[in-house]
Amino acid sequence: MDFSLNEVQQMLSDSIEKFIENDYDFETRQKYAGGDSGFSSDVWTMFAELGWTTVPFDEDDGGFGGGPVDTTIMMQLFGKALLVEPFLANIVLAGGVLKRVGDSEQKERWLQPIMAGELQAALAFVEPQARYDIENITTTAMQVADGWQLDGAKGYVLNGGNAALLIIPARTAGATADRDGVSLFAVDAATDGISIKAYPTVDGLQAAEITLQSVMVGNERLLGEAGKGFAALDASVDDATLAVSAEAVGIMQVLKDKTIEYSKSRSQFGVPISSFQALQHRMVDMLTDCEQSLSLLMWAAMVADEGGDDVKQAISSIKYHVSSAGRKLGEEAVQLHGGMGVTWELDVAHYFKRLVAIGQTFGNADWHLDRLAAN
Amino acid sequence: MNVSFTEQELAFRDEVRAFFRDKFPADVRAKQDQGIELEKDDYVSFQKALNEQGWAGVNWPVEYGGTGWTPVQKYIFATEMGAANAPPIVAFGLNMVGPVIYSFGNEEQKKRFLPDILESNVWWCQGYSEPGAGSDLASLKTRADFSGDHYVVNGTKTWTTLGQHADWIFLLARTTTDVARKQEGISFLLADMKTPGISVKPIITIEGWHEVNEVHFDNVVIPAENLVGEEGKGWTYGKVLLQHERTNIAGVANSKYRLQKLRKQIAASVRGATPLCEDNNFTRKVAAVEVELRALEYTELRTLAAVASGSAPGPESSILKIKGTEIQQAIDALYLEAAGYYGLPYVPEQYAVDFPDDERVGEGSETRTSLKYFNYRKASIYGGSNEIQKNIIAKHVLGL
Repeated sequence: MDFSLNEVQQMLSDSIEKFIENDYDFETRQKYAGGDSGFSSDVWTMFAELGWTTVPFDEDDGGFGGGPVDTTIMMQLFGKALLVEPFLANIVLAGGVLKRVGDSEQKERWLQPIMAGELQAALAFVEPQARYDIENITTTAMQVADGWQLDGAKGYVLNGGNAALLIIPARTAGATADRDGVSLFAVDAATDGISIKAYPTVDGLQAAEITLQSVMVGNERLLGEAGKGFAALDASVDDATLAVSAEAVGIMQVLKDKTIEYSKSRSQFGVPISSFQALQHRMVDMLTDCEQSLSLLMWAAMVADEGGDDVKQAISSIKYHVSSAGRKLGEEAVQLHGGMGVTWELDVAHYFKRLVAIGQTFGNADWHLDRLAAN
Repeated sequence: MNVSFTEQELAFRDEVRAFFRDKFPADVRAKQDQGIELEKDDYVSFQKALNEQGWAGVNWPVEYGGTGWTPVQKYIFATEMGAANAPPIVAFGLNMVGPVIYSFGNEEQKKRFLPDILESNVWWCQGYSEPGAGSDLASLKTRADFSGDHYVVNGTKTWTTLGQHADWIFLLARTTTDVARKQEGISFLLADMKTPGISVKPIITIEGWHEVNEVHFDNVVIPAENLVGEEGKGWTYGKVLLQHERTNIAGVANSKYRLQKLRKQIAASVRGATPLCEDNNFTRKVAAVEVELRALEYTELRTLAAVASGSAPGPESSILKIKGTEIQQAIDALYLEAAGYYGLPYVPEQYAVDFPDDERVGEGSETRTSLKYFNYRKASIYGGSNEIQKNIIAKHVLGL
């Protein structure tokens, strides 16, 4: 029985921790989040130089050959730093699809520059009517003489305003909620007929609403087999669900630690508020939720690494837990910080916002509990 | 047992209802319905409309221009106001400093300040909390040193709600430091915000809004005539005022309004999605909050019945703030959940009334649900945090 990291994972973890400690404090994060693109291109370039952008990709594709455990380690630390650079959008989501169904030419053309930090990409996995059901796709792709015509709308496209490459799931056959008949297309964002409305999100990220109107693309844009794209989409979104769960665990740990620290330094009625038993018990509850979430995260990462039948069960378990216990923990952290907890100035408020946002992306608590109950 | 109103009370209810139907300014109503943040003029125009009706001084005695209403009338008024989704009356003048001045001020002060408060000509703000004195308010450090015919005030007040609009501030300051109990030696002062040495610094809150401020006092000279009541008795006066802050804190009527609106909203399809009312997970949560709210409504009515019959309210009255804010926050969370991904865009520019509809992200108030949810985390913190409320109940109700 061993929950410790191997040597390579430890080095990865150490180097990310060092980067955060030296170069990514909260003020820096706020500055990057407030800029036009919502992140720092210098930091992103550095990620690529250090090879962090290659971690979940096969060595054959020029990657580091890491798996879900490695991504989980990274995302947990990114959560602690409240990182805004688009690792999730580029590497886990768009990269996740490309590595699964891209042919060698497509990987060369798009995955390589993504890993090199030179191409910004996004996966449009949400449709405005779909809520959390990713198979609910009404965007259509119609075969035309020399390629495909795409029409439809996508919502909450993470990194959609920065992306030069959009991966668009579109229906080539079947009814709205069918898993068969979904095809994946790699489309340049600048293609005629695409309009993009980008916006910042409440948790400091960037997303976009995208409409496609008679967008014409060539056959070389189809990723994998027509009508068989759902498996890759689904697996990539599962990866991302695990990744944001790891991020959430990192955030929960920070909020728990900051609350304990604050309670020791804040005096009211002549004593530190940490001396009040009513508050002590609430902080113990926060610790309990953190530890339970961390345990589920480790389990889910190991299951995903082994790729067994219970991957979805494991991912839904951790995502349910961080969505429900995580939001409660965030509310408690704010409450115990009192008025300071609801100020923009304090980092706690921003950790809380990201935690709540994670809770209602990639399926909220109810959605994952339904998925668990159904199996 | 019955909860019916008398003929007169029903007639009064109809009159209040008619007021909110016909005289509640339409532009303010529109903003409220869309969840758009109100500006100073919106509050003022609403309160001036109330004053024209003679209803600005809800809690005030008739001799000072108030309504002189019975507890039941006040309840009916608050209920109709909530059901009309009217904004809250800005408490600082009408519900806080006004009652302190007519209860403890001298004739000169009553003549000078009360009419402008009733007419909403002067905007007041509150100088109570300090950076080191929140829940433990009595440990406040702002000093007012007496010097001949004036006080010199130094210190910092914080969480001063809407202080950026204020013409005047009422504050608690320490006039004596050599005291046996920290509640002694505190005085209640009034200051013109234009006095040299007063500066207001915005505090931006979690959702990005500017509602609260820090107010700094740097050698601010306040004439002795602006002391209310006796020097050193400010804590007693301030406590009276905090009780006013806690009236109608349960917010039952407005919570009811918001739940009914949510029921309507989820019955319809948004962007072609399956209506959320078909999702049992969600409707069960709505129903659970409705049950809690119904309970709170009757808890409030039990308190009202006790007060109306002249007896002291029972222990049920002390849970109103705790439960009321918990329910309000639960409703905010439901709205946010209902919005799904569309609760997340942060697009303050589209909250302007004249923003073109076809450029909006999200339907209706969807993108504002997260802001409301984050903003309202304050409700269990301000006005005596819910932890402090529980301490009070433990001590004074349970006798622990």
